[in-house]
Amino acid sequence: MATYLEINKKQVKEEKWEEPFYLNMGPQHPSTHGVLRLFLELEGETIVNCAPIIGYLHRGVEKLGENLNYNQTIVLSDRLDYIASAANNTAFALAFEKLMGLEVPRRAKLLRTIVCEMARICNHLLWLATHALDIGAMTVFLYCFRDREWLLNIYEKICGARLTHTYVRVGGVRQDFTQEIIDELYKFTEEFPPRIYDYETLIDVNRIWLKRTKGVAVVPAEDAINLGLTGPVLRGSGVPYDVRKFKPYDAYGEVDFIVPTGKNGDTYDRYRVRMEELRQANRIIRQCLDKLPETQGEPVVAEDAPDLLIPEKIKKPEPKPVPKKGVIFKGEEIPVVPPGEAFASIESPKGELAVYVVSDGSSRPWRLRVRTPSFVHISAIPYMAKNHLIADLIAIIGTLDIVLGDSDR
Amino acid sequence: MLEKLIYFLIAAVILLVIALLHVAYLTYAERKVIARMQQRLGPNRVGPRGLLQPIADMLKLLTKEDLVPYGVDKPIFYIAPFISLVCAGTGVALIPLWEKFVISNINVGLLFILALSSLSAYGVILSGWASNSRYAFLGGLRASAQVISYEIAMSLALLSVVLMAGSLNLMDIVKAQINSPYKIYLIPQIIAFYVFIISAIAECNRVPFDLPEAETELVAGYFVEYSAMRFAIFYLAEYFGMVVMSALAVTCFLGGWIGPFEVPYVPFFWFLIKLYFLLFVYIWVRATLPRYRYDQLMGLGWKVLIPVGIINLFLTALLKLIF
Amino acid sequence: MEELLNELKEKFSSVIIEIQEKDYPTLICKRSGFLDLMKYLKDEKGFKYLIDLCGADYLEYKYKNFEERFEVVYHLYNLDNKILLRLKVRVPENDCWQYSVTPLWRTANWFERECYDMFGINFKGHPNLKRILMPDDWEGHPLRKDYPVYLEEEQEWKVYKELKEKVKQQS
Repeated sequence: MATYLEINKKQVKEEKWEEPFYLNMGPQHPSTHGVLRLFLELEGETIVNCAPIIGYLHRGVEKLGENLNYNQTIVLSDRLDYIASAANNTAFALAFEKLMGLEVPRRAKLLRTIVCEMARICNHLLWLATHALDIGAMTVFLYCFRDREWLLNIYEKICGARLTHTYVRVGGVRQDFTQEIIDELYKFTEEFPPRIYDYETLIDVNRIWLKRTKGVAVVPAEDAINLGLTGPVLRGSGVPYDVRKFKPYDAYGEVDFIVPTGKNGDTYDRYRVRMEELRQANRIIRQCLDKLPETQGEPVVAEDAPDLLIPEKIKKPEPKPVPKKGVIFKGEEIPVVPPGEAFASIESPKGELAVYVVSDGSSRPWRLRVRTPSFVHISAIPYMAKNHLIADLIAIIGTLDIVLGDSDR
Repeated sequence: MLEKLIYFLIAAVILLVIALLHVAYLTYAERKVIARMQQRLGPNRVGPRGLLQPIADMLKLLTKEDLVPYGVDKPIFYIAPFISLVCAGTGVALIPLWEKFVISNINVGLLFILALSSLSAYGVILSGWASNSRYAFLGGLRASAQVISYEIAMSLALLSVVLMAGSLNLMDIVKAQINSPYKIYLIPQIIAFYVFIISAIAECNRVPFDLPEAETELVAGYFVEYSAMRFAIFYLAEYFGMVVMSALAVTCFLGGWIGPFEVPYVPFFWFLIKLYFLLFVYIWVRATLPRYRYDQLMGLGWKVLIPVGIINLFLTALLKLIF
Repeated sequence: MEELLNELKEKFSSVIIEIQEKDYPTLICKRSGFLDLMKYLKDEKGFKYLIDLCGADYLEYKYKNFEERFEVVYHLYNLDNKILLRLKVRVPENDCWQYSVTPLWRTANWFERECYDMFGINFKGHPNLKRILMPDDWEGHPLRKDYPVYLEEEQEWKVYKELKEKVKQQS
């Protein structure tokens, strides 16, 4: 059991032999968000060494993606980071569109941005709820879930599902917004900022919260870039890297928002970065909603986007048909995509989510690679948890915002 | 002689039943009050407005499978919950409920309650050690260290009260409070009152000091390996501790049964009002505050509360000398 | 960007085989001398951020114009100048190893473990090369093209088979 750590056995003294104390925070634990196993070596309550063991939720998304259509892999992508699934869909769709050379209409871009920012708000609310609950403040948990329910109900009106949306497709989005959805989103953006203020009054200046989060798990900027941390974790350390500003995609080039950056790189800074991101996400949704009437009447899918049709359900073609791209006729695969490769990355609420796809000309990817932020963040836990107490370890897992579906794929 | 014995037995049984009912319905009240603070309803299905919830909980816990893990130290494993319960519950017998009723009016009542709370640390340590599990062991260690350090702060706070009242007998302490402004010791002893309340919350292992049994960190700490009725006994012991500590605070600081006006037929009316208010404070604090980390918890006890208690003791002695 | 690519081509002409211009500039490199190129890129040119490290299996790829089977793909990013660079190293099947870049970027630690787990490519110089996503005693490397999507009954994982037997016996 002790072989999980690269252990230097303490020097064997002649009379006494000291054995370190191992504790296994197993796959089932109330505060590791998912099935994460942490193998700790403790000295008293201080963590000397820590080995995270993942793989309990490995479903083989990359292997499955090689056997499905391009549009069908979007369904797989929902289940990666199941809290903000619109962001995953966008990453996949962007990579595939780059591969196929599609041009997405402006209305679809605005709709995608709105859905991604709603996903960001959902994700940060859940993060705040579980982080506060782990540290002990129960009430924040329920306040956050109250708002998240509102957003999930709006999602249900948009695409029919609360958690796994599959709304963003290759070439655009599935369907347009109705006026009812737009009105409700306006109402949400009006009423949300006072609620953020509500959460902050409970914990922001609370002395216990400050003691639990200030100075815990400080990551200097150089180490953060070297460890590959991205997203709010990196921005809390002072590096203003945000994929929405560095490599703009969708409608982020048109809207106006700031990227909050922390100073010290401790848990409290990351908390403040994410709270500020909530406000900025609200602002972005408002601006996109204001721009929607300009694009009234545009299509929401690119014209030459491949279709999601199951082969058995299409009618038998007339002789010498002009086949729509992407449809697999029995035994014959029509080349959809030019062979080549593409790489696209987005700013998912947890960090940088990147997709690298290689195609061989058929309607299925040859190699689909997803670089998820949680995988990298879990690998940074041993660095961050050195010389901290067990109670801090819980705060660290909370501040890294880990979801095991994202890390194990 | 025999009548006195029978009288005491009957009184003790009645008081025990009432105290148990209070404890059971305290769990219900906690769930309801916290729920309302979090904008939701609490339990409201079992019985009218959920009032039969504690009975349902008891029945459920009685009928669950009683697991004894492999490799535990059997005698200690079986005894430990009872130590906690007995030490927590015996204190009820010493609290004066109204002017003519206290089950045992011994001259060292306060000292006896403090001694009992020290003994209850045994229940924690033994249960943590006897369950053959690392989580329980860590929880037991933390809990025992916490209980011991906050006992000192509590004793210092109570010593100031003893100085002012001149006796350790709880009945006499309440009667001595008639001479203070508003007939309670709260105003001269406000510092001691705060120190006592904070230490009491720490003694009962409640939020913000509930690290030994933190749900999200140690998965229920020192009683993780207990199931069914044994778990129920630990649970009861914790709430019993809350009730006894609140009753002690009411007796020593808030004037016991003394109130602005006499209520006919219900001599313990004011005592219950003050008790319920303090229990509400316990629940309120649980809903609001996050949890302290372990070293900050110990730092608070040793570096803040004990010096403040000592300063308060000196001040009280000075004031008593002058006036 | 152009000057950077020209400079690299001059300095490391023995390492870089080809520079392709796809969505991002792609450098195809040889295995020997690769570490020097990476060190140069990280220290001198400021590519401090390794976004991704993955492998790809090109068995029976239709448009293949090289003979090695595997490819290890690196994506590097320069935060100051906002340049993204893709590097590819071709790894043959019978000589399946590659240099590890863990001393330069610490993220590569887990990426290379995953590459080993899924493809079987060994990384020389890696501190702890073990399986990461699959169980420790798994046989085979799942993302290779000759590994089936569904396993046959005989090839299933031993532990899972024993569990199924136990359940059948008890019910």
